[in-house]
Amino acid sequence: MEIIRSNAGVLLDGLTTTILLTVLGYLGALVVGIVVAIFRVSPIAPLRAVGTVYVEFFRNVPLLSLLILVAFGLPDAGLLLPLFWCGVVSLIASGSAFVCESVRSGINTVSLGQSEAARALGMGFGQQLRLVILPQALASMVQPLVNVLIGTLIGSSLCSAIGISEITNVTQQLNIKYAEAVLLFLVSGVAYLVMALGSGALGGVLERRVARSSHQRRQVQA
Amino acid sequence: MSQSGDSSTALVAIRGVHKFFGSFEALRGVDLDIASGEKVALLGASGSGKSTLCRCINRLETIASGSIRIEGTELPQEGKALARLRADVGMVFQSFNLFPNYTALQNIMLAPVHVRHQAKADAKQEALQLLDRVGLADKAESYPGELSGGQQQRVAIARSLAMHPKVMLFDEPTSALDPEMINEVLDVMAELAQAGMTMLVVTHEMGFARHVCDRVCFMDAGQILEQNTPDEFFAHPRTDRAKDFLSKILTH
Repeated sequence: MEIIRSNAGVLLDGLTTTILLTVLGYLGALVVGIVVAIFRVSPIAPLRAVGTVYVEFFRNVPLLSLLILVAFGLPDAGLLLPLFWCGVVSLIASGSAFVCESVRSGINTVSLGQSEAARALGMGFGQQLRLVILPQALASMVQPLVNVLIGTLIGSSLCSAIGISEITNVTQQLNIKYAEAVLLFLVSGVAYLVMALGSGALGGVLERRVARSSHQRRQVQA
Repeated sequence: MSQSGDSSTALVAIRGVHKFFGSFEALRGVDLDIASGEKVALLGASGSGKSTLCRCINRLETIASGSIRIEGTELPQEGKALARLRADVGMVFQSFNLFPNYTALQNIMLAPVHVRHQAKADAKQEALQLLDRVGLADKAESYPGELSGGQQQRVAIARSLAMHPKVMLFDEPTSALDPEMINEVLDVMAELAQAGMTMLVVTHEMGFARHVCDRVCFMDAGQILEQNTPDEFFAHPRTDRAKDFLSKILTH
């Protein structure tokens, strides 16, 4: 325990970096993933193709490979990003593929008749999505999107491989110094567990809120 | 031919339309004119192509060949021009397709506000009038899940009317309803017909076709086999297929 106490500062810094990687990676993945999902359901065939290729690439390449490609490949291509941002970019690329598929499957739960009715009323593609489809798809998207959040958190541990001092990396450094693998990884493991459980609980609250508001819609009777 | 003369005045002019689902030819060269103010019933057995034809008119289904013109203008392929055209063509579906996340009132206001850019207050006032017209003035704040099938379909009709369509397409509007709710919907449609709306009605309600419509088209295997006034069609069907169809549905 002495090891933990005397290294509390670096451990906390590592934890903060992990949280930053996760939050930035996830928010970016949400934005990019929703855009790619819109590509994938759009009536324009080339956009659908771009969306499909994007998803199939980033979903099927290991995050570790992505991290190394971004960290060591981009400088070769003349783009020098700080390591932290290499991590964020990789997490966004990987996470967005999964966000896209969660959003798309949510969209697919809305019956075809809904978009036909919207089209028959003269709505454009954007109006159909915004006014009719997405509000109905939201409830079934919450849990899969929480899964992506947890995936991003767990995945951020791989950023240690490219030398970002997040919690796993810090733990490894301390292990090299003290050779206390079990204790150290128990501590960082518990940190991940607590954060993941927190994300899951947050998702539960969100899901109940979305479900309640659609339930209320059915209950409000003049 | 008289048909080409008609097409200049017809509100909807359908010529030589073919439609395939895979290798199945759902429409095999359909010609049909609907004049302004005319009420046309499309009859026929399941799979005869009547719903498909109805859905081609606002391009929910694309056609393989032929032409469909509305007020003399060929249906646009896609994009904004198609959306504009659809705004002028009302459609009522078998399964209602109301938006469950909006109230009856909001369902009716949605397209006038977002597609026609009508002021909210005006749209609301008109929506309330339409709800009153379909006999549901007290259901403005109800969500579709709280309404019966017949009530939902009447809201769906009001939703289409709010766009001031030039023509209304009804795709089996009462087929998904319990028997006791069919008449409340047919009454609304009859009132609409009376008011002069141009209507194409795909239906199995022979009473409605007979008493409300000006013309009956009988479809079989992707073609219109017979067109006539309702009285003539029901009294003296000319083709064997029509005789067979009528004998099957009218004996019970």
